[in-house]
Amino acid sequence: MLNKNQIAQRIAQELKDGWYVNLGIGIPTLVANYVPEGIEVEFQSENGILGMGAFPFDGEEDADMINAGKQTVTLNPGAAIFDSSVSFAMIRGKHIQLTVLGAMEVSENGDIANWKIPGKMVKGMGGAMDLVASADNIIVAMMHTNKRGESKLLKTCSLPITGVKCVNKIVTNLAVLDIENGAFRLLERAPGVSVEEIQNATEGKLIIEGDIPEMKLNME
Amino acid sequence: MNKVYKNAKEALAGVESGMTLMLGGFGLCGIPENCIAELMELGLTDLTCISNNAGVDDFGLGLLLQKRQIKKMISSYVGENDEFERQMLSGELEVDLIPQGSLAERCRAGGAGIPAFFTPAGYGTEVAEGKEVRFFNGKAHILEHALEADFAFVKAWKGDRYGNLIYKGTARNFNPVMATAGKITVAEVEELVEPGELDPYFIHTPGVFVQRIFQGSNYEKRIEQRTVRTK
Repeated sequence: MLNKNQIAQRIAQELKDGWYVNLGIGIPTLVANYVPEGIEVEFQSENGILGMGAFPFDGEEDADMINAGKQTVTLNPGAAIFDSSVSFAMIRGKHIQLTVLGAMEVSENGDIANWKIPGKMVKGMGGAMDLVASADNIIVAMMHTNKRGESKLLKTCSLPITGVKCVNKIVTNLAVLDIENGAFRLLERAPGVSVEEIQNATEGKLIIEGDIPEMKLNME
Repeated sequence: MNKVYKNAKEALAGVESGMTLMLGGFGLCGIPENCIAELMELGLTDLTCISNNAGVDDFGLGLLLQKRQIKKMISSYVGENDEFERQMLSGELEVDLIPQGSLAERCRAGGAGIPAFFTPAGYGTEVAEGKEVRFFNGKAHILEHALEADFAFVKAWKGDRYGNLIYKGTARNFNPVMATAGKITVAEVEELVEPGELDPYFIHTPGVFVQRIFQGSNYEKRIEQRTVRTK
């Protein structure tokens, strides 16, 4: 079973040289720590940065330099700053090659719910609806089940959705899956996790064909 | 031409209860601190505030929420504010949550003379309820209308007497689009300079969009999530 850092590490294997990438809050943010050697990607933060760098050193933080999670950040050489409408022009206009975000639920046809629990949690969708409506390449990073042990990979989402038929790939603590023709296709197992465990934790339709390999990770 | 006002008190002349206001900023970054303090001082009520976020409990727009000055918020993300969530869930506060890109574009459209536009964001979700749907190149889009405000309050790093503005770092965010969409746009700046001192090649908001400008003071610039690494 993977921890959050390992989920991020597995997603980082999907990065390609030259890509512009938007990382959501939570596990997705950790992907920046695992960019493979030899490739260059630029991270976009939807509040107005391309070329977002590491967190600042203690004492060097600047209130006027934050990411979309409101954390203090730095800029890499060659970074660019812009306003919110330009930022979403990049997103809506498909100039960003990969979006990684968290989710509360994903359905077998690729719907995603991650912004609202009616009557309980109302924080707003932020940029998530714009991202999922436009991006061609969306990877969801999340735990396979919720705190009550219930599957988050469902037939249909029970929570208000953020976008329809938009998720391409899901990396969980148990597995890597693609969404294909209205079903989850199992691609890889987390080390030590059986196909049965994944099947049991998946409520939606799961396609299992042939031998399912274990993920290759530099386990920490 | 002189758009300079002495302070927030003078620059906010004419703002009344019940008005629709835009306020720049992302989280607490780049918010018009002086204007918000003055709105609180004026004690105006029934305000409709268009702002990406709603501040935190004791800073930014959270200050106006605490005093029940806001009737309606139009925002994309309000997760950092417990009082907001409480007022919203109890129905005391009217809230229109809209996707962040749609919010930015609706402000941009408002300032650019475009009454409405189609966007894919929110299609198939509750955001799309009651909105016209049209397909372009086989993809569903929803109709979103432009936003305008009686007053737009923006915060810039430097500005001149003509209202030309330059923002610092990510404090730019919603400020430039909102500056275009106010019937009266008030800019508060950290440094007010004479015309000619700002490089025309690097102006972010051309002065035509700004009606009033003043030198701000006592900026707190609170950091929401101080995140650092050790050397």
